[in-house]
Amino acid sequence: MIQDLVVYVAYIVYAIAVLMTFGTLLTWVERKQSAVMQDRIGANRAYVRLPFTQIKLIWLGLFHGIADGLKLMTKEDWRPKTYDWYAYAVAPWVCFVPVLLVFAVIPFGGLMIPARLFPSLAGFFGDRSYPMQIARLDAGILIVFAFGGMTIIGAMLAGWSSYNKFSMLGALRAGSQMISYELVMGLTVLGLILIYGTVDLTTIVQQQSGTLLGFLPAWGVFHQPFAATLFMAAAIAENKRIPFDLPEAESELISGFYTEYSAMKMGLFMFAEFIEIAIIGALFTTLFLGGCNLPYMSDAGFAFPGGSVLPMSHGAVVVTQLVVFLAKVMLVCSFQILIRWSLPRFRYDQVLKFAWKFMFPLALANLIVTAVLAWMATSP
Amino acid sequence: MKPYPRKVYWNEPTMGWWERAYLFEILRGLWITSAVFMRNMWKWCTFRKGALTTYYPEETRWDYAPANRGKHVLTQRPDGRPQCVACNMCATVCPAKVIEIDAGFDPADAAHPKFPVRFEIDYSRCVFCGLCVEACPEDAIRMAKEVPGLPRYDRGQMWIGMEELLTWNPQKDVAKPYPTGGTGGAKRGSH
Repeated sequence: MIQDLVVYVAYIVYAIAVLMTFGTLLTWVERKQSAVMQDRIGANRAYVRLPFTQIKLIWLGLFHGIADGLKLMTKEDWRPKTYDWYAYAVAPWVCFVPVLLVFAVIPFGGLMIPARLFPSLAGFFGDRSYPMQIARLDAGILIVFAFGGMTIIGAMLAGWSSYNKFSMLGALRAGSQMISYELVMGLTVLGLILIYGTVDLTTIVQQQSGTLLGFLPAWGVFHQPFAATLFMAAAIAENKRIPFDLPEAESELISGFYTEYSAMKMGLFMFAEFIEIAIIGALFTTLFLGGCNLPYMSDAGFAFPGGSVLPMSHGAVVVTQLVVFLAKVMLVCSFQILIRWSLPRFRYDQVLKFAWKFMFPLALANLIVTAVLAWMATSP
Repeated sequence: MKPYPRKVYWNEPTMGWWERAYLFEILRGLWITSAVFMRNMWKWCTFRKGALTTYYPEETRWDYAPANRGKHVLTQRPDGRPQCVACNMCATVCPAKVIEIDAGFDPADAAHPKFPVRFEIDYSRCVFCGLCVEACPEDAIRMAKEVPGLPRYDRGQMWIGMEELLTWNPQKDVAKPYPTGGTGGAKRGSH
């Protein structure tokens, strides 16, 4: 269908634009937020000079991301004398691409009806409606974990093919750490699947649209607060950022599995890391923060508990849902950056002990309690 | 026989279950950092400065010591001419060899016939030791507490000449009267 093609190409362009923007913007957010947290000012020297004038646009240091990108792209692409140059060249992409692919199954809005959105195109689109999601797959969460698990391969390839002991150590650490925490992540999400009875992310988001006990929004974080905490910790460990950045521990391993990478290849690893912050934000938003839902809001507009109703046009609803989703993602990203700049690094044995002796039993206990409660709720 | 008392070189860990549970102490830490963030952010949002750092060189700290050896200044006679007699003692004593003086001759001024035509200091090499001030027999060169208006993008631009050195013009000087009003730096021979 040509109509489907148009809509999904638009979705894909939107998703890639959002991810790239987040990846670039988060470098700025990280710099500025850490600066404000530490009584500093933060990066504010990069500027764009308007041509033929002396007007320098600084814009709070927003251009530092562009400066970083330009620098990485113009640097010498130094290559070590490795015996496996193919794996060496392909590893950054193996890290980078799955991170982008995860976003394909994440719903970033509610239902969109193009004919109502653009009345002039009603003849072209007919009465078709599209959920705002690139690929509506039944196996939603499973796809997320499948692609999320692929980044391990990139890290291991990079460490193995770099022909460097530090890279090798970093890759080993990355492998064991990511596999351990992936298990915890999966177990925490299982509780949610028990409650919602599906792995389809769109359905999960729809089920979070009501209210709980009359006043709380029916978000996953209120159903499963414990699982939300564990999921957040495990996701940060998956992303290999500071409390868990053992694979690249600068003081021990130079740069871990990407020690031997330079220029834009190294930039890809960094970019993948920053996009993964956004992906974790999107996942957490989808699973625990109700996706694009606002409390008391439905596809027709707001309906407040007092009985007052605020009807909204379809266009306003779509835009609100997109903005709400992005705002929630940004908040979760900001929270991750807060964690990264607050906590000190674990020791490596502590990381694995934390995963297997602390979080794994807790996740199991959470799952069992959830299962018993769900069984009690459904059996009579 | 009693066993040899083994000395304990370390402190036993004193963490209780509260600290061992990670989560509570981590939440406390996050609370502290986010409180600092909120406080500073509120200051920025209300157009105040929420940071301890100084925008150097646009902004300088107020608490430079009065004896700070910042930039050099040339003192002036009451009529605005430099006090310097171009004896080259500062250039000689300078360990970094940054001072360059070209002397001129003025037969009209019998008391001080020798005067500097060119007096330049290369701040890319100056070590701010203050030996030139100590060497000067005429109290012609001093060091003010303000720092020179550096940095520059080019090493060749870091020479500072007489025009800038003579801009120091305090209205109250302990040693001698100063020309009022003008910025000084009057050329020799113009009178």
